[in-house]
Amino acid sequence: MSLKTSSSQTVGPYLHIGLTWLVTDNLTGPGVSGEPVTIEGRITDADGRPVDDALVEIWQANAHGRYDHPDDTRDLPLEPGFKGFGRVPTGAGGGFRFTTIKPGPVPSPAGAMQAPHLNVTIFMRGMLKQLATRIYFPDEPANAGDPVLASVPPERRGTLIAKASGNGMLQWNVVLQGEGETVFFEY
Amino acid sequence: MTAQSTNAKPLRIAGYRPADRGTQPDYLYPPYSSTVKRSPMQPLVRLPWSLSEVTGPLFGLDRIMANDFDLTKQHAGDPIGERIVVSGRVLDANARPVANTLVEIWQANAAGRYPHPRDNHNAPADPNFTGCGRTLTDAEGRYRFVTIKPGEYPWRNHYNAWRPAHIHFSLFGPSLATRLVTQMYFPGDPLLEYDPMYTSIPDERARQRLVSAFDWETTIPEQALGYRFDIVLRGRDETPMENDLPKEARP
Repeated sequence: MSLKTSSSQTVGPYLHIGLTWLVTDNLTGPGVSGEPVTIEGRITDADGRPVDDALVEIWQANAHGRYDHPDDTRDLPLEPGFKGFGRVPTGAGGGFRFTTIKPGPVPSPAGAMQAPHLNVTIFMRGMLKQLATRIYFPDEPANAGDPVLASVPPERRGTLIAKASGNGMLQWNVVLQGEGETVFFEY
Repeated sequence: MTAQSTNAKPLRIAGYRPADRGTQPDYLYPPYSSTVKRSPMQPLVRLPWSLSEVTGPLFGLDRIMANDFDLTKQHAGDPIGERIVVSGRVLDANARPVANTLVEIWQANAAGRYPHPRDNHNAPADPNFTGCGRTLTDAEGRYRFVTIKPGEYPWRNHYNAWRPAHIHFSLFGPSLATRLVTQMYFPGDPLLEYDPMYTSIPDERARQRLVSAFDWETTIPEQALGYRFDIVLRGRDETPMENDLPKEARP
């Protein structure tokens, strides 16, 4: 028996009422291993205007490359203090910021390893279904062999890779439409 | 379901079947004017199934409070409005219950006003109603909220635009692939056919599945009307697939 999938609808402008309780802008905690990293960025629309009413969700593996999920059955350590979920709203100026650890590599379907990456889901008013994208890390040798980056046109690949921004933080911006449009995925 | 894996062998991972044709809106739907500047123009890049997409955050009861399912009991007094029970099941497209999954809801008060700094509608606020709820589904995928019927409200999308009464729903399911944000509507609402969010869904039958049904079974005598709203998340492929097969080639 099969059922028809329910339709997506926008979160609308008042998403904060329902979704703020689970805001998680720091994914790390005591006893969590890995290299801490703070990522900041902003979301802009087709006219370069900041999107100040969006919500960004993060899902990632821990520093060992293990997802805290029953489908990840590999013999790698889980860390009780690290779930791998983050949720942050954009504020004035379209900005968002969160702190996490750089994940370990995870396998690709072909058996190679994917470079460390964060899985990103974005919601906002004016978006009838969520957008999916990824954040990769700068100066990461494994990026060269990452099959997902390789599947993206070279001139657009850079939209998926954060940049060092001084003061120890990484910067990763989202352009919804137009010049420099971020690569978005479907799966 | 998922193949055992080591780093050395190719991973064979069961992915999720695509949403049924006509059930999902496009990003760009000009009648909903905010989509025009916020929709990507480049084609989406299709990802092969890997652990990154078939895993996702799972939430337990640890952060859910006793009154989180009852939006009429979150303040000192009773909210104004018609009390309703909203309940249903969360299933996947294979008709299996989605157990222990987080359901988040938010809505306007009975007058069509949100307690939000950006809501300038001159309808009365209700100090006894926040309009935010959350719960986990049970082992059979069932959920239940007690709330008040939200009011319709005007918005500036087009001349004399009014949103039909609705409750926002956010669900996770077992993976990133099953993440769904949607809206529940009420039967017989005359505003539905004028609402560009509702009409952004191509398939008329899919639209109608977002309209809840009045339900005697869950109506509480002398207390609250029941509305039933079932939600269907994407269903998993029954067997692990070669990941490089295009979507169209999948059974």
